[in-house]
Parts: sequence; structure tokens; C-alpha cells
Amino acid sequence: MNTAPSHVAVASIRGTGTGATRVLGAISLALLVWLVVSALFLTPADVVQGDSVRIMYVHVPAAWVAYLAFITTAVASGCSLVRRHRTLGFDRVAGASAEVGVLFMGMALVTGSLWGRLTWGTFWQWDPRLTTTLFLFITYVGYLAVRQVDVDPQQRARRSAVIALLAVLEIPLVHFSVVLWRSLHQEASVLNADGDVRLDDLMLFTLFSGVVAFTLVFAWLVIHRQRLTALADTERVIGLDSAIAVRRAEVAR
Amino acid sequence: MKSIIVVARKDLRIEGRSRTLLARVVPFALLVLVLFAVALDSEPLILRASAGLVWMAILFATMLVVQRSFEIETSDAALDSVLSCTSSPSRVYFGKALATFVQLFALATLLVLCSVVLYGSRVDGDGLVLLVTVMLTATAGLSLVGTLYGVVVARLNGRDSLLPLLSLPVLAPLLIGAARATEAAFGSQTIDMSNGWAWTALLAVYAVVFGSAGAVAFAPLAQGDS
Amino acid sequence: MSSTVADATAIHLDDAVVALGGFPALAGVTLEIGTGELVALRGANGSGKSTLLRLCAGLLPLTRGGATVLGVDLADHRDAARTLVGLLGHDNGLYADLTARENVRFIAEMVGAPNDDVESSLARLGIDGRVARTRAAALSAGQRRRTALASLVVRRARLWLLDEPHAGLDSAARQELDSILRDATRSGATVVYTTHDVESRPESTPRTITLTGGTVTSDVAGAGLGEGVAPRRTP
Repeated sequence: MNTAPSHVAVASIRGTGTGATRVLGAISLALLVWLVVSALFLTPADVVQGDSVRIMYVHVPAAWVAYLAFITTAVASGCSLVRRHRTLGFDRVAGASAEVGVLFMGMALVTGSLWGRLTWGTFWQWDPRLTTTLFLFITYVGYLAVRQVDVDPQQRARRSAVIALLAVLEIPLVHFSVVLWRSLHQEASVLNADGDVRLDDLMLFTLFSGVVAFTLVFAWLVIHRQRLTALADTERVIGLDSAIAVRRAEVAR
Repeated sequence: MKSIIVVARKDLRIEGRSRTLLARVVPFALLVLVLFAVALDSEPLILRASAGLVWMAILFATMLVVQRSFEIETSDAALDSVLSCTSSPSRVYFGKALATFVQLFALATLLVLCSVVLYGSRVDGDGLVLLVTVMLTATAGLSLVGTLYGVVVARLNGRDSLLPLLSLPVLAPLLIGAARATEAAFGSQTIDMSNGWAWTALLAVYAVVFGSAGAVAFAPLAQGDS
Repeated sequence: MSSTVADATAIHLDDAVVALGGFPALAGVTLEIGTGELVALRGANGSGKSTLLRLCAGLLPLTRGGATVLGVDLADHRDAARTLVGLLGHDNGLYADLTARENVRFIAEMVGAPNDDVESSLARLGIDGRVARTRAAALSAGQRRRTALASLVVRRARLWLLDEPHAGLDSAARQELDSILRDATRSGATVVYTTHDVESRPESTPRTITLTGGTVTSDVAGAGLGEGVAPRRTP
């Protein structure tokens, strides 16, 4: 009745890797190696910013993946509420994507503030994009905290899906109000500072391959995390089978 | 509509008996105002920050009011029996939000008065109209969001720390808006009245958006498994 | 939802399993309870009595098997079952700072019942005078129980699920409770309650279902209600 995988399928699973994910992992790894080589050695330093521009090759892909994860979680949460027969499946994707998303969002925030220190001289600017990302990060941490609380899986799926969808309402409002708030005080913005970076073809290509590599890593991590949770759920189902048998045997005696 | 009033009246009657707001929340909020003043330790700075400080105090007090609002529902599983009395749980949501709104509005009025006394804030004719409108829309938003997240955590272990963690980020736009608009009402130099009204409009949109979300989301959240 | 089968059957469980944190509190229960029946659920602590009631009240998710309550399929629509069912669990569902009368009146106002019903059900359960004006927090355990029952009477639920309703009541109150339960069944409600009592009310024993280890181990038809004693064992 519930969406647990059949026992036959379980018996054949030796791990969370399959042919497809191994290929995916190999491609991500190759792309990451190329990214490191190209970002650190092949691309030139920026005229104005110097070597600190290289942070961009990590920062931009990380921020991209963070928002991709946010969207993935929101869509999967919506699906888990609507498609009632596949609730737990979508919930696993939503949870896995949120976990990976928090990781990349943290990375984007740290690299962003390091770059800010080198470029503007301050670790933090109350810029709308940064502030929105910070609030998104905190919201996600709260979302994961709720997922940690041990309740019935169906109930947890429903509750966390609602929180994820409320975040979709929250983030535009936060962004809009921060934009409005900052516009009254000062005009400095990352957008203007970013405009100074002139990207040549190799830099653009490196940045683009960084985005692709991080996206593949994200997909790879989410698939594995999702399968791991599915196995844990299956383990619970098998445990329940034997527990029922034990209880019935006790009565028969 | 009638059951919204019935639920709200029940909550307010319980508040009237137990005096939680009077005995715990009001002293706490006043303490926050005083502590802010001590921490800033500069009169012009305090006067400039007064609007923000008042709303920070109300924000913290909201956490207490919401926690209390669901403590009375879950301590003897009364929420289960209330929900089984109505086919539309959203009325229970609006009823509880209404009771929270009444309490928070009273608290906001008191804190604004304290800000005039303690911080030396000033309000005149036009500013007063704006101020009352801001207080109405902002406390409405606070109650609707607070009640929504109150029910999210109502049945969870560790709800006392989860409520602020989940709801404060969502309440951030409201804090920004309410503080700016109140600053305008206090006659600040950095923000004019028309800007204050624009922020009030944002607060109204905010209350409507989260009120609608709460009406939809309350039913699946309230009907717990334990 | 209003098929003839649904009308005649209040509760239908088909190999129902409820897992609480991996532990099968109900390990496959099959039973059928007709509309208007009065049923006692017996069993030791931890045999699954309370879980069975909470499942039927739509408060616990069905892990496996099938369950229908008043024509509502619990696997898909357990939320819908709640408005039809009145559950009195271990908690009484009272507001500590409201008086007994205010608690009952609140429920009456929520369901739109007239104020006369509040007074009659309070009187019926012996909550009057000073007791009715006492805050629930200051009532004795038995008085709180009776106040909660008065709320159920006012609600006119179609299925009553009572967890240990006799506990904490003196013998006069127990008899009054029994007659309230019989009245409820006469007016078309179905009543299921759990009990520790082996020896209860000799002149009229209701149908008694015994749970052991999360399964049904005996199902004995009622006696003294004009029906013959017909013990049946479930397969």
C-alpha cells in the first residue's frame, strides 16, 4: 500500500551506485579536475581584481546549485502533496536536495564574503542578493531541523512540504523588501561591481564548465542520498515484517 | 464566521483567566526595550533606532504569545476535539490568529507609548493615522504567520526552539516594513510619509498572502499523528 | 459513501496493521462492528486497544491492510473520519482555565448545538452547581472525565470511541455511564470502549472483543440484550 520498494528489488541492491550514477560520477570528477586546472592555472588574472577573480569559478556555480536545489525541493514538495500515492518518493528527493543545497549555499556565502573582503574590504555587504541568500540559508536550516524530528514519515513529508512551499512565498518577499530597504540608504551593489569583470572566452568557458560540473555533482549527490533514504525506509518495512511475525508467534504460543 | 469568533473568544477568555500576557509577555517586552536602550547607550542613536527596537520587542513577544496559544491546545489534546467539531479547520486557524491579533495589537499600543516615554519618539496628526494603520497591518501579519508556524511545530519535540528558527526568517520582511513605516510615522528625516504608506501597502500584501497560505495549510498540519 | 454496506457497518478492519516507530502495535486485525452496536474491547496493557481506537478515530495512519469507518476509507481519507467520530482518549481535551460548563459550551457553540443541550448533558453526567463553575484544572480526575463525556454527548458523534471511560469513576457513575452508552446506541450511534474489567455488569454484557499482542484472540457476542450467547472465534 505504501510506496516501499518490493523485497525482490531490495535483495539485489548491493549499494546505492548503478551504472548510470557511476558514469555520472566519473564525468563530474573529470569536469572538476578540468575546472581546478583551468581556474587556477590556465585563466588569466583580472586587470582590476587580480587573482581574487578566481573565486568566481567556485562562487557562481555554488550559488547556482544552491538556487537549483531550492527550486528542486520546492517542486518535489509540491509533487509530494499532490501525488498522494508517491508522497514518500518525492519527499526523499525534496529532503536530499535540501541537504545538498544547504552545503552549496554555505559554500556560496563563504566564497562570496571572502571575495567581498578582497574586493570591497568588507566581509559582508547588506546587498539584496546576499541578504536574500542568507535568509534562504537560515530557512533551509530550519527545514532540515524539522526533518530531523522523529515522526511518522507521511506526516513528516506533509509538514516539511508545507514549510518548503512557504519558503517559496517568503523568499521573493524578503528579496523585494531588502531591495526597497537598501534603495533608501545607499546605492552600492554587487551588480555594479560585477560589471567590472571582463570575461574572455576561456574565462567564460571555465565558468560555464564549473556550472555544469557543480550541477552534475549536485545530481549525483541527490540521487545517492535519495537512494540511501529509500533503503533505510525499506529496512524499516522489512523490520516491521519480522516484528509482526514475532508478535503473532507470541500470541499463538 | 461564527466559529471563528467562538474560537477567538475562547482563547481570549483563557487569557483573561490565566493573565499570561500581562504577567509574562508585557514585562518581557518592556525589558527588551530597556535592554536595547542600555546596550546602545546613546540618546540620538536610540531615538533613530526606536521604531526598529519597538518592532523587535513585539517580534520576540509574538513568539511567546504563539507558544502560549498552542500550549493550551496541546497540553490536554484539546486541538483534536476542536478540529473534530468543524469541517473547515481554516476557521480554527483564523479564530486563533484573531485572538493573537487582539493581544499583539494591545501590546503594540503599549510599546509605542513606552517608546514615546522612554526613547522620546514623537508622533503628530498625519503620523498618528499612519502609525495606527501600520500597527494594524503589521500585527495582523504577525498573528497570521505566527499562528501558521505555531501549528507547524505544535506537536513536535523541541517546538520552543523550532518556532523562532522557522518563523523569524519569514517575518523578516514584516520587521523591515513595520520598522520603516513606523520610522516615517515618528517623523524621521531619512524616510518620508509617502514611503511609509508604501511600506504599509507591502505589509497588507504580506498579511493577505500568508493569511491565504495559512488557511490552506492549517488543515493538513493541525491533524497530527500523535 | 452512503451505500447500504456503509450504513450497516460502522467499523470494518481487514488485516489492519499499525506500526508505531517500527513496532507493530496492531499486527493484523480483522473485525467488523455494525452500526448501533455496543462493543467492549478487552486486553492487557500493550495489547493494542488504544491503538485500535486511535486508528478508527483517524489519528494514526494505517500502515497496511484495509480500514473503513462509517463508510470512510481510512487509507485515503482519514481526515474526513474525524468529524464523524468522537474519541475520548487518555487526554480529556479540556481547557484547564475554562470551567466545566464553559468547556462543554465551547464544543456546543462549535457544532451549533443549542444551549439546552449543554445543560441537559451536564446534568446527565452529574456536573452541576459548584462543579460546573469550577475550572477544569481544579476538577478531580473523575469529574474531568465526565466533563469530557458531556462534550461527546453534546457533539452527537456517530461513532464513540472511549479509552478506559470507566477508569476513575465510582460505581454509581459507572452505571450512569453504562446507561448513557446504551442510550447513545439506541439513538443510532455506535460505541466502542476499552476496559480492564473482566467482571463487568453481569445482567447485560455487551459484545466483547479481546486483543492479545496486537491481534484479535476472541470475540464473544453480547448477553442479556435479547441476543443468545454465541461465542465466535475469529479465524
